[in-house]
Amino acid sequence: MRSLWFHLMPYQDLQDNFKDEHKSVWVSIDRALFDSQRGHELYNEYMDELEFAAAQGFDAICVNEHHANAYGMMPSPNLIAATLARRTSDAAICVMGNSVALYNPPTRVAEEMAMIDCISGGRLIAGFPVGTAMDTCYAYGQNPGLLRPRYYEAIDFITRAWESDQPFAFNGRFNQQRYVNAWPRPMQQPRPPIWIPGSGSIETWDMCAEKDYLYAYLSYFGWQASAGVMKGFWNRMKELGQEPNPFHAGFLQFVGVAETRAEAEKLYAPHADYFYNRSLHLDPAFSSPPGYTTEDSIRARMGSQVAAASGAASGGPQTVSRDYSKTRFFDEGHVIIGSPDEVADKLREVAIQLNVGNILLLLHFGDMPRDLTEYNTSLFAKKVMPQIKGLFEDKWEHKWWPKPIAQAKRQQPAPVAAFTS
Amino acid sequence: MSELIELTVATPAGSARVWEKGTGAPVVYLAGLGGLPAWPSALDALAKTRRVVAPSLPGFPGGADYERLDDIFDWSLAAVDLVQATGLAGADLIGASVGGALAAEVAALRPDLVRKLVLIAPYGLFDEAAPIADVFAVKTGEQSALLARDPQAYDAYRARPNSASEMDWTLMQVRAEMAAARILWPLGDTRLSKRLFRITQPTLIIWGAEDRVIPPVYAAKFAEAIAGKTTIVTIPQAGHKVEFDAPVAVADAIAKFLKG
Repeated sequence: MRSLWFHLMPYQDLQDNFKDEHKSVWVSIDRALFDSQRGHELYNEYMDELEFAAAQGFDAICVNEHHANAYGMMPSPNLIAATLARRTSDAAICVMGNSVALYNPPTRVAEEMAMIDCISGGRLIAGFPVGTAMDTCYAYGQNPGLLRPRYYEAIDFITRAWESDQPFAFNGRFNQQRYVNAWPRPMQQPRPPIWIPGSGSIETWDMCAEKDYLYAYLSYFGWQASAGVMKGFWNRMKELGQEPNPFHAGFLQFVGVAETRAEAEKLYAPHADYFYNRSLHLDPAFSSPPGYTTEDSIRARMGSQVAAASGAASGGPQTVSRDYSKTRFFDEGHVIIGSPDEVADKLREVAIQLNVGNILLLLHFGDMPRDLTEYNTSLFAKKVMPQIKGLFEDKWEHKWWPKPIAQAKRQQPAPVAAFTS
Repeated sequence: MSELIELTVATPAGSARVWEKGTGAPVVYLAGLGGLPAWPSALDALAKTRRVVAPSLPGFPGGADYERLDDIFDWSLAAVDLVQATGLAGADLIGASVGGALAAEVAALRPDLVRKLVLIAPYGLFDEAAPIADVFAVKTGEQSALLARDPQAYDAYRARPNSASEMDWTLMQVRAEMAAARILWPLGDTRLSKRLFRITQPTLIIWGAEDRVIPPVYAAKFAEAIAGKTTIVTIPQAGHKVEFDAPVAVADAIAKFLKG
């Protein structure tokens, strides 16, 4: 069982009445709300936290991409990943990921990820999300109906750019490049492992099976929201003759650990509330640009009451907009809280039920301060991780994990030389 | 008056529905956002004096497949193909809203196909000082209020008839949204501004005085850029869907302009 420590990097100072005073945390977020002094502090605090998690022994540290979004301050996760590559030495660096349809030409993504892979000594996990409607269609002006074909083409482009032994010409529907020669080449050969954060479409599952990519379902609504999707994923894998290797899949989970459940509730409730009731305050006008969801998916959703009820056919967790003020995030499993033993039991149970060997953990959420984040992280690393670490490892090989170079060959940053006259 | 006739014509994009009514000199109509889910009263009024021929653009109700149309060049040629497929080369051409942007392209690219041009609140230009509203970023159920001064009447026009299944009717409307978004996204100048000077035909520009989607100031921008003689008619108490808010006034203005 692999534990990945994931940071969304939320902006923290949204006021108590943010929901009443502002229309959206995303796309149209009020620029006056951003204080660059706080930006300076938060970026450095958050990078410290990621590095702390790596030092605590998490298998990976994880960053992602959002645009015009006050709960995700990483328009460029690659910048953060590059700094993490220098300041950590063992943890995998999971970039989850780059919205590849946004980059023209996608050569840029192939180059930057290869740089991170080289700098880190082959520790990169390359995530390729299609990207939410808010990020791609509104904040980046992509044509919603062409986003998915562009996405698939860009993945094809980037993997060829990594794997090719020679410069080549690419003549696609959207990208025409006479000379593709992504330099540097990635450290991992033929390429870093590719992880796909998906929303539950069969098309994506089939791509993961065909191309041997890992499939991750990232819902802010916990394991219960993921259960239906993962069931569909495994049914499809069976149909396609794939073995049920739990390491082929991942899911996202908010977790809060303390000495007791009562204490955890007290410690984490305000920050979960901040996340669900401020960070996720989204103007529903931005949720479904025409064409973002394909006609086939809409037909399937309309035709299937069951799918609609489970939310499995929705455009992804971020596209769902509703009122979270009544959300019981602890009782409904959006956030798993408890003592280390309780959390470990629950995570083991859920991982087995979902048959998922990679858990992307949000141990920081909302406006959680540094000391509580470190407490949660440290307690998880010391008392939860040892209890779940061995799960699946004896029966299955993790074929989607980075293969870094040997420790002896890895470069470490040299101490900054003192100025001498 | 004659009955509404439905025909099917072959185009390179696939077969397309053509609705036709009236007698007299032919006039071709390219519909706007949402297309023509039903025969509208403005065309009915115009059909009293003209033979009104309304072929469906790809993706809009009755239209061919639009999936392979990637850019404005593909869409402009699809519109040319559609006008040609009606067999009415040289007739008058009306385009509304998104159909107006494409009608302007047809007139610019193939002047031989168009005698007189009528543009009803067309898309195609963009002015940062008077930005076009985003009809694709509205809450469910709020679009009609943005489009029409009388949203109830427009909703009633679009309402599902008993003969259609809910699935089919919904998907037809969704597809029309997708097609419009495919053409217009991200709502900037479609580069029509570079081609308007090619339009030498006499052109009538109709705008609803209360258009909340494309501000009426755009009428003058079209008039300035078009090489042919232009006439602007502003219809009071009408929104972007001016032909639904004021069907008789629009039909009368068009009939008067096209006469002779």
